[in-house]
Amino acid sequence: MKMDIEKVARLARINLSEEEKKTFGNQLEQILLHMEQLNRLDTSGVEPTSHAIPVVNVFREDEVRSSTPREKILNTSPAQEEGHFKVPRIIE
Amino acid sequence: MTIHELTIHQLHDLLAKKEVTAREVTEALYNRIRVVEGQVQAYLMLTEEEAYRQADAVDQKIRRGEAIGELEGIPIGLKDILCTEGIQTTCGSKILKGYIPFYDATVIKKLKEKGTIFLGKLNMDEFAMGSSTENSGFQITRNPWDLKCIPGGSSGGSAAAVAADECIAAVGTDTGGSIRQPASCCGVVGLKPTYGRVSRYGLIAFASSLDQVGPITKDVEDCAILLGGISGFDPMDSTSVNIEVPDYKSFLIKNIKGIRIGIPKEYFIEGMDEDVEKSVQGAIDLLSQSGAEIRSISLPHTPYAVAVYYILCTAEASSNLARYDGVKYGFRSNHYDDLLEMYSRTRAEGFGKEVKRRIILGTYVLSAGYYDAYYRKASQVRTLMREDFRKAFEEVEVIVTPTAPTPAFQIGEKVEDPLQMYLSDILTIPVNLAGIPALSLPCGFSRKGLPIGLQIMGKHFDEGTVLRVAYTFEQSTDYHLKKPPIT
Repeated sequence: MKMDIEKVARLARINLSEEEKKTFGNQLEQILLHMEQLNRLDTSGVEPTSHAIPVVNVFREDEVRSSTPREKILNTSPAQEEGHFKVPRIIE
Repeated sequence: MTIHELTIHQLHDLLAKKEVTAREVTEALYNRIRVVEGQVQAYLMLTEEEAYRQADAVDQKIRRGEAIGELEGIPIGLKDILCTEGIQTTCGSKILKGYIPFYDATVIKKLKEKGTIFLGKLNMDEFAMGSSTENSGFQITRNPWDLKCIPGGSSGGSAAAVAADECIAAVGTDTGGSIRQPASCCGVVGLKPTYGRVSRYGLIAFASSLDQVGPITKDVEDCAILLGGISGFDPMDSTSVNIEVPDYKSFLIKNIKGIRIGIPKEYFIEGMDEDVEKSVQGAIDLLSQSGAEIRSISLPHTPYAVAVYYILCTAEASSNLARYDGVKYGFRSNHYDDLLEMYSRTRAEGFGKEVKRRIILGTYVLSAGYYDAYYRKASQVRTLMREDFRKAFEEVEVIVTPTAPTPAFQIGEKVEDPLQMYLSDILTIPVNLAGIPALSLPCGFSRKGLPIGLQIMGKHFDEGTVLRVAYTFEQSTDYHLKKPPIT
């Protein structure tokens, strides 16, 4: 299977260099080839596992608790202004 | 005996008898770090001021005549993947440089409450992706047994620091072998608990359905003590399981008479190092002589483990690591004109090669048209692998295998060949996929003098029997008492 690495990098929001596109492309092709061995197994009717220890409907009591102060959260951000995360203009 | 060489249980006795103070112990460890750290490079950051403050608090308590707990006043190291309030946490990545969490991981909170002293944050593969710690965004950690070799990964800093006596014990994390493989490479004890045994709250996520926190220690008794210190249900982690934490020390019995041990033939793979095979066979013989019943078993889907794991873990990683976008944490690129470019440049400059490779792979296997062929297929084979273990554990109580197919390899040896690097995880990965506990402990040395690890796997939440078998083996051998040649 041939991967369109430019498209995937765009989906992943990573700007790859020409060199990275080439080396990753080759390496990922090898890795995907290794993964194709799974096709040897017949898995029709097998339920997929997403968690090894099945837990369902985890609820907690609906109690009022204090939340983390906004300032503390904003302080880990590289740019903030007036109580918000600051990013480049989105809407013209 | 010098202080830095002691174990948790030995130090606890000395502290309780007032033969040494927590401050003296902490000083001894920082002195040791100053002597060997230039060669090993296990720590990303030392937190001396805070450590001495913690030590003085313990000493005051002892002076007041109060009893102290087993972990009180014990200086340990922390893998830099665990959030520590007010202390930079990088996860080995430049993208988190300067990130100072405003909260403690539950594991950190529990250990703080028990009076444990934190010496500093330990090196790791970036976002725990790697088997050699060479993927760290900051530095290469070296194996104390041979400085030309890798310490294993991703908790390589943690295992190397324990082996070089730069901390009494350490906390690591294990997604596909990241505690056990470095423990094996560095000749120390490492345990990945059952999924759900230890809270993941505040553990920076790589693959959430596989990640688990666990102890790296100098012997099995310490492993039991530290496991008890971090285990337990946490309402902040909805995947943590509400099952009572037993007294793990009660399983430290030197007796395995009648215990049924399974040896899976699929784990003795082609290309396995001769010295590893010999040491592990010797260990199995010793367990048999100690009264265990050895049975040959089969885990038929083992050969598919690497393929399943690298589909699932990269898929989960591509989703988990989407949060590093230059908005909320740490690093943001200076080169952008619009929002999209800010994201993609920040991620291009902040992530290292392996992380990018895995995000690309994970994005691909989840993308439209490929989801069924990769992610769904891998999740189904994961079910088959879980079934393998369920059936095996109807016959036996624990399963014994090598931890890794080879001893520590050389720095640089596999760095350009990711598939070869991935294949070195083949013996540890199935445990994470099945969610069961497994421990690695030293069982010999290669002809070149490198440690070899024995892996003991148990049933879900049966860390106790794993510890009992490990303890019996350890108490019949002296591999754990050997020290690396570093001075």
